[in-house]
Amino acid sequence: MNLTTPLGDEVLSLRAGDRVTLSGTIYTARDEAHLRMMKEGIPFEPEGAVVYHCGPVVQDGRLVVAGPTTSARMDALTGFLIDAGVRALVGKGGMGPEVVEQLRGRAVYLALTGGCAALAAARMSLKGVHFEDLGMAEAVWVIEADCLPLTVGIDAHGGDLFEAVREKAKTQFHQRFNTR
Amino acid sequence: MMVNPADTALSGALADATERALREAEIRLPPDVLAALRRAAAAERDEIARQELANILENIALAGERQVPICQDTGVPVVYLTLPPDIPFSPDLFSGVREGVRRATATIPLRPNVVDPLTRENTNDNTGAGMPAVHVTPGDRLTVTVLPKGAGSENASRIGMLLPSQAAQIPKFVAETMLLAGGRPCPPVILGVGIGGTFDMAAALAKEALLLPVDTMDDYEQEICDAVNALGIGPMGLGGDTTALAVKVKRADCHTASLPVAVNVQCWACRRATVEVER
Repeated sequence: MNLTTPLGDEVLSLRAGDRVTLSGTIYTARDEAHLRMMKEGIPFEPEGAVVYHCGPVVQDGRLVVAGPTTSARMDALTGFLIDAGVRALVGKGGMGPEVVEQLRGRAVYLALTGGCAALAAARMSLKGVHFEDLGMAEAVWVIEADCLPLTVGIDAHGGDLFEAVREKAKTQFHQRFNTR
Repeated sequence: MMVNPADTALSGALADATERALREAEIRLPPDVLAALRRAAAAERDEIARQELANILENIALAGERQVPICQDTGVPVVYLTLPPDIPFSPDLFSGVREGVRRATATIPLRPNVVDPLTRENTNDNTGAGMPAVHVTPGDRLTVTVLPKGAGSENASRIGMLLPSQAAQIPKFVAETMLLAGGRPCPPVILGVGIGGTFDMAAALAKEALLLPVDTMDDYEQEICDAVNALGIGPMGLGGDTTALAVKVKRADCHTASLPVAVNVQCWACRRATVEVER
């Protein structure tokens, strides 16, 4: 499926493991940006928005590279964004059970291949910035995305591909090392 | 007399070499790592994992074409120098490396990642108190090796002070490290394992193991690698055959009452480069 921002109910039909592409405006946010937004408010229209867990390298107003960062760091900082209408989170590594519940019936988590910063930047252009004083990695960069290749990691029905893989890995581990 | 160390011929040459090594490491993966990724992509059976590996290979090609870093987490540099007998061990070595890191940060460019550990204030040039770490060993030529280390994988690393009777548990400890890490360290990973020495040495050995070529493994390394891959975590934790590209082990002898084991997790972007200093 091809997704275009702002996102609506179309994300609710997605299932963990589906592959999608994403185009349109997205906003980067890491730890510091989440804390600032909780304190001062969200500096963009959150309804239908996409938040990208990313600290890019920016030089002279140009996005040099911009791959995803570890989303789990934002586990405890994400609920207010979903409450405000954010429809998708993009990052790597998946998120905790509290986020899986927050997404239920409302939004999805999309996985972008970690480390693929040149690939991501090749499909992005920089449109603006909020909270620039937080520094290059932590600022909220406004990005126009063009067909980002993503995998649905957590769907709006409680389906979590990362958790399913983790459960299988645990079983394998215990079998191999005769524990439990 | 006060001399600006950055002005000495030695530190200037080291700065140049460090900057060159960082440029090489950040933009191009070493051939052995690239080959391992290609082998994994050819052998992978899981559909999602195949796409993840295809994205990684496309990303590597694009970084080369665009002459940009492979990953936006350009890491913190870990630096290894080999020092020939005719060059004195002096502060110039360290000031030269620091200058090279500063220049590379501005010119490549690199993301400024080094912050005060408590205030989190950014130094903005990737140097700082104690950073970058510089390890010096004797050699026949003056070379700079850089290993820019990203935080996603570094954060998944572990050290264990095992009991001397637990040597057979080491593969389990390593596999458990990846079980706990899941997709967070950007698998497929390379695992550097340091066994023995002391608490601090085991960690240093684990990191040095990441400098070893990944195209060969001995039986012990292969056994651990197979155990990790059997977990099925796959690229980015989305499932698949390829969780680890390689496991590399370095050992040192240790106290009879001790068995330190460290696992340094390295994402697929195992960036390293060596440049000989021109003098």
